[in-house]
Amino acid sequence: MTLYFLDFVLLSIGLYALVVKRHIVKKILGVAIMEYSVNLFLVLLGFKKSGIPPILTKDMDFETFIRTAVDPLPQALVLTSIVIGLGTLALMVAMAIRLYERYGTFDMDEINRLRG
Amino acid sequence: MSALLPLFIAIPVFSAIFILIIGKFDKKHFPRIWSILTSISLLVILALVWGKETIVHEMSGWKPPFGVILVKDYLAQLMLLITNGIASLALIYSFSYIKKYEDYLRFFTLFLFMLAGMNGVVLTGDLFNLFVFLEIASIASYALVGYGVDAEELEASFKYLILGAFASILILFGIGMIYAVTGSLNMADVARFLLEINPDGSNKSVLMVVGLFIVGFGLKAGLVPFHAWLPDAHSSAPAPISVMLSGVLIKVLGIYSLVRVFYNMIGMNPIISNILIVMGSISMVVGALMGFGQDDIKRIFAFSSISQMGYVVVGIGIGTPFAIIGSLFHLFNHAGFKSLLFLSSGAIERCRGTRKLSELGSLREIMPVTSGVSVIGSLSIAGVPPFNGFWSKLIIILAAFSAGYIWLGVLLILTSFLTLAYYLRFQKNVIFGELTSNTRNVREAPFAMLMPLIILAIFCLFVGIFNGWIIESLIIPAESVILNQLGYISSVLGI
Repeated sequence: MTLYFLDFVLLSIGLYALVVKRHIVKKILGVAIMEYSVNLFLVLLGFKKSGIPPILTKDMDFETFIRTAVDPLPQALVLTSIVIGLGTLALMVAMAIRLYERYGTFDMDEINRLRG
Repeated sequence: MSALLPLFIAIPVFSAIFILIIGKFDKKHFPRIWSILTSISLLVILALVWGKETIVHEMSGWKPPFGVILVKDYLAQLMLLITNGIASLALIYSFSYIKKYEDYLRFFTLFLFMLAGMNGVVLTGDLFNLFVFLEIASIASYALVGYGVDAEELEASFKYLILGAFASILILFGIGMIYAVTGSLNMADVARFLLEINPDGSNKSVLMVVGLFIVGFGLKAGLVPFHAWLPDAHSSAPAPISVMLSGVLIKVLGIYSLVRVFYNMIGMNPIISNILIVMGSISMVVGALMGFGQDDIKRIFAFSSISQMGYVVVGIGIGTPFAIIGSLFHLFNHAGFKSLLFLSSGAIERCRGTRKLSELGSLREIMPVTSGVSVIGSLSIAGVPPFNGFWSKLIIILAAFSAGYIWLGVLLILTSFLTLAYYLRFQKNVIFGELTSNTRNVREAPFAMLMPLIILAIFCLFVGIFNGWIIESLIIPAESVILNQLGYISSVLGI
């Protein structure tokens, strides 16, 4: 339970950075932190204390395997989600560089030509 | 027959990669022609699977609760028709429009990736798979919104990117919660579990999932508290991309996902229904009011998209069969007339060099075809009979009254008057009105840009006249899928 709570704290830190900070790079970091916290949440779902890798070998009893092995599905999901997050992050950073070329600033409050 | 379903995703992906490779040798003609052929081949495949029964394809032969499945039912069929039809028209339009830009290859590659992602979202029967395809479509659309790399375009794209990434994170969080509660990711299997543990919709974890999904998919759909990205992104994107965003993307990633998740998976209950009605009616009114103050014609259309999506969400929230029919019909019609309006705004911008209401005028004399079709488009969206928008709005309004929401019906009627008013303002300033600037060099748009416009105008009139036939053959089957949760579970899992 503590782990889930700490994970939620991480999510809140990311949300704080995304909403409050005006610097573009800090906003990007906020998105990245939120993404990691959700990935961590997915990993925690499959986590078991002193669990074994989910590989069934011949000399293993099926019942103990079910009881002790961690859930492999969230790990597979997190791998996919990390790759997707990497793509988004790369695009965000590229966008930030282009924005700096056009506006000469990283301050989101000064990047406001679109209004209304 | 079911082996055809993966082609909806595979064909655009492979042809996007093919364009990047072959395009090195022929940068100009090959990407344009190949992408049009791709989208038309998708329509041909859709005609082949156009059938009576639900088709389920098990990827790699794994049975439903374990493997990823693709499901084509009547709702998916309707959405596939909208997606691929509008995409073909937008690609034909791009044939001339793309001459504005230097780089042809990446435009069509990203376009086809976006199309593949949206087809995937429509077809998939697996929650995590839904998230993956949603991200493919979203990331391609972030890049396409900023395709012109001007200051305003980059700004719009960055705002869209930050909010879109936030929405995706919330959706992933919701999917994780669903997995924690049910231990499954297959939508039909999850629905079966939730019917047992959460029959009255009071389970706390499921309520949290509902909240996460409403914010996540609501952001993707541009509903009002979460609409900040939409007017910027729609007005800054190239015209064919505005069409895809407004005509297809917000519907598939937002409304379709909401409907699929809430009706077929979680199960509708009064809490969700009230939230959707309130959000829908706020979007409807705020979008229409904001549409008044704009000077840029693409921003007017963008705010009107928010307003019209409000109508659709209200109908979905009411949840009677009649209201759902109205919503789906309005969704179908909105894809037609809003695409028509955005495409005509692209033609106007290309020929007149501006999109400002105050600088345009008397288009009727210099661009007769474009102005004619945009009159048809704005009459349709304002709900003037016999065009298609009238019938769908009428059905939603009648459904609101017959379900006992009197104030809601009054609000719907008032909003459609507002819509009529700001589209009359658009017509008065752009199509009629007086000439305001030098128009000596202005010609009509080229044929490749006019053809999709004419096809969509005929579509608006045709659907308006033969509305009964369209509703009977397309909309009612889709409505029966939405309202039959048990039928969805049994047809997908085969039990």
